[in-house]
Amino acid sequence: CTPSLASIILLLVFQGKFTLLRDTRTDGSFLVHHFLSFYLRAGCKVCFVALLQSFSHYNIVAQKLGVSLTAAKERGQLIFLEGLKSCLDLLFGEEEQSGQPSPLQFLSEGASDLKALFDFVRTSLTPAGSDSWKGPVLLVDDLSVLLSLGAVPVAVLDFIHYCRVVVCSQLKGNIVVLVHSNEDSEDEENELVVNSLCHHSDLILWVEGLATGFCKDVHGQIKIIKRVSLELTAEKDLVQVYQYKIQDKNVTFFARGLSAAVL
Amino acid sequence: MPPAIGPLSPGRSSGTPAEATPRTLRPGPATLTCLLATGHLSPCPARVARDVQTTRPPIGQLVSPAALPLVERKGLDSSRRPLAAVSRQPAEMAAASAAGGAARGRGATSFQRKAAAGSRLAAVAGTRPSVRHGQLLLSSGLPSLDCVLGGGIAVGTLLLIEEDKYGLYSNLLFKYFLAEGVVCGHELFVASAKEHPDNILKELPAPLLDDTYRNELGEEGTAVKSEDFQDSMKIAWRYQNLPKMEASPTSTKFGHYYDVSKTMPPELFQSINWHSFYLPEELSLQPKMKTCNMNSAYARLLQSIQRIICQEGFDGSDPQKKQKNILRIGIQSLGSMLWGDDICSSDTPEDIHSLTKFLYVLRALLRKSLSACIITVPAHLIQNKAIMERVTNLSDMVVGLESFIGSERETNPLYKDYHGLVHVHQIPRLNSLICDVSDTKDLAFRLKRKLFTIERLHLPPDLSDTVSRTSKQDLAESAKLLSSGCGAMAIGKKHLDF
Repeated sequence: CTPSLASIILLLVFQGKFTLLRDTRTDGSFLVHHFLSFYLRAGCKVCFVALLQSFSHYNIVAQKLGVSLTAAKERGQLIFLEGLKSCLDLLFGEEEQSGQPSPLQFLSEGASDLKALFDFVRTSLTPAGSDSWKGPVLLVDDLSVLLSLGAVPVAVLDFIHYCRVVVCSQLKGNIVVLVHSNEDSEDEENELVVNSLCHHSDLILWVEGLATGFCKDVHGQIKIIKRVSLELTAEKDLVQVYQYKIQDKNVTFFARGLSAAVL
Repeated sequence: MPPAIGPLSPGRSSGTPAEATPRTLRPGPATLTCLLATGHLSPCPARVARDVQTTRPPIGQLVSPAALPLVERKGLDSSRRPLAAVSRQPAEMAAASAAGGAARGRGATSFQRKAAAGSRLAAVAGTRPSVRHGQLLLSSGLPSLDCVLGGGIAVGTLLLIEEDKYGLYSNLLFKYFLAEGVVCGHELFVASAKEHPDNILKELPAPLLDDTYRNELGEEGTAVKSEDFQDSMKIAWRYQNLPKMEASPTSTKFGHYYDVSKTMPPELFQSINWHSFYLPEELSLQPKMKTCNMNSAYARLLQSIQRIICQEGFDGSDPQKKQKNILRIGIQSLGSMLWGDDICSSDTPEDIHSLTKFLYVLRALLRKSLSACIITVPAHLIQNKAIMERVTNLSDMVVGLESFIGSERETNPLYKDYHGLVHVHQIPRLNSLICDVSDTKDLAFRLKRKLFTIERLHLPPDLSDTVSRTSKQDLAESAKLLSSGCGAMAIGKKHLDF
């Protein structure tokens, strides 16, 4: 299906950018599903590093949003790294490797660096001769898991930096990364990574649960921060706040206090 | 810029969003795109995707392969499924087809996809498909906990219980889970570093038969009524000869009740296949897998679980097995000192990644097999809260128990009927953007003489003549603490959102 006018605007304007998805006190994975289906529908080549859920989970949600991940994988548009499966292959698989080290090599080697994962991303997104896809996109869900698996924060930041150089600067593609954060979190390593990424992002989508508690009709609020200040034109960042409600096949956004239940 | 909102027409109920939104904002996958592209909420020219009513498959139907999307079945390539064949027109009430279309909730037409021959699974005992995400659900052994968790524990997921201070009630939940497995005929895997699994299995609560359960609730009235009913069956006289109540808990029923004061009779165990992992016995053997810097006890446990899953064919690797079964894994007090981990005993533990790595690999094993796991963790002993945050992120369902034993709340008249509070920290969103969050956030549990139940916390009415200031403050404090919700974990510090 043809992308709408808004998608065309977004794709033309937003190239070579780093988008950070951040959630606090709630689950921001609906944004990952949105971006995955959005970029696949727009005809971009997507490398999806899915560390936390299985392929069929994303496939089923993507079908609800109108995209088939299996079809995208078959025509080479989607390169899907299923972290859970490759972790099992690494730990319980046989010794013979097909020459290529597993992307999650850092698990068995004592967490030195994430070079193998970066090599995987680079080889997936570097365009082969016959590719006709639009700009490459790297999608990561989610980065905080790498810290739980033993990677040091500096290694994670280095990985993101290398990916930015290749994907954003050289290939003019986009990167979308999901992280979890919490205001009174005691996980200092995670906060370090999140703060550093916030400083370097071009767009931050910050999803929070409502401060007043649980609500059936408003599931949370989203802050869209456009980092205009990075362009050094002496302008401040543009911050917009909306509230949202997640439904079975879509997410509706509305201005604060104007949810459909209230109107 | 104010959004373009039209006035509501008279007579419209402010009910479902499907009615209210066409006037205000056009929903659709492009809405976030509009926000990012144009910077304001103008209605998009995108197609309106109306909410399609999900069809509800009848409980107990035969489970087709499509109802097990979390499990990758070998040899069954999902790309062969014809996606285009299902019409996208939003149908109001589709015919509930027995094929996977109904379980997916796609609002299919009456088109019935013929499943590949030989791949139809017989109904697995003790499970039922979820209407939300088409996943198979297991009972946790406690029907009230099943309600709280959105119907049950989905196959392939992990339930983490944060232990209460003395581990009494979490142990009870652990045993309920295993007892449910025995009654349903599932296979069990029990791992513990503290108690030998044989002893754990000897102490499982006995299942309550239907008629004795009714007596427990003190509802003798219903028994009397049923006798009258028997005499008066005029139209359905054929059914008079059928047995009135189930004499024994059958494995097709979902969710059973257990009597904590009695232990399970050994004859129920005879047909059950169970495996045990007792750490002191296992430590003498050599590990065979790469430990990848994990605590050796965890590494051995993972190796043992993986071996059982492969050998017994729970990951679909053995096509000869016609009758599928579920593996219920129970791990007791993970993270405690007995497992060789010092996160519970030291402020700066040596290796903070072992537990999280273990949970990640366990998650991978669960996702690719027909199994479900319950783990109890002594969270109150873990000093480094960062570890508990990471553990929560890596688990699917997290339930914390807080017992009143030894705390000031034991004597608080607000809680006189209950023995502790239940905090549901996380519910998973499986195969869907939303999850079945129950509206009740304030839950408490109590252990009556024979039954353990989780209920909505009701504050008793304030009937005292002179209401003292201290009791009012107690109420306010308790009310603040109770306002945590899963999904939106706000503590409710503020009164206004904006």
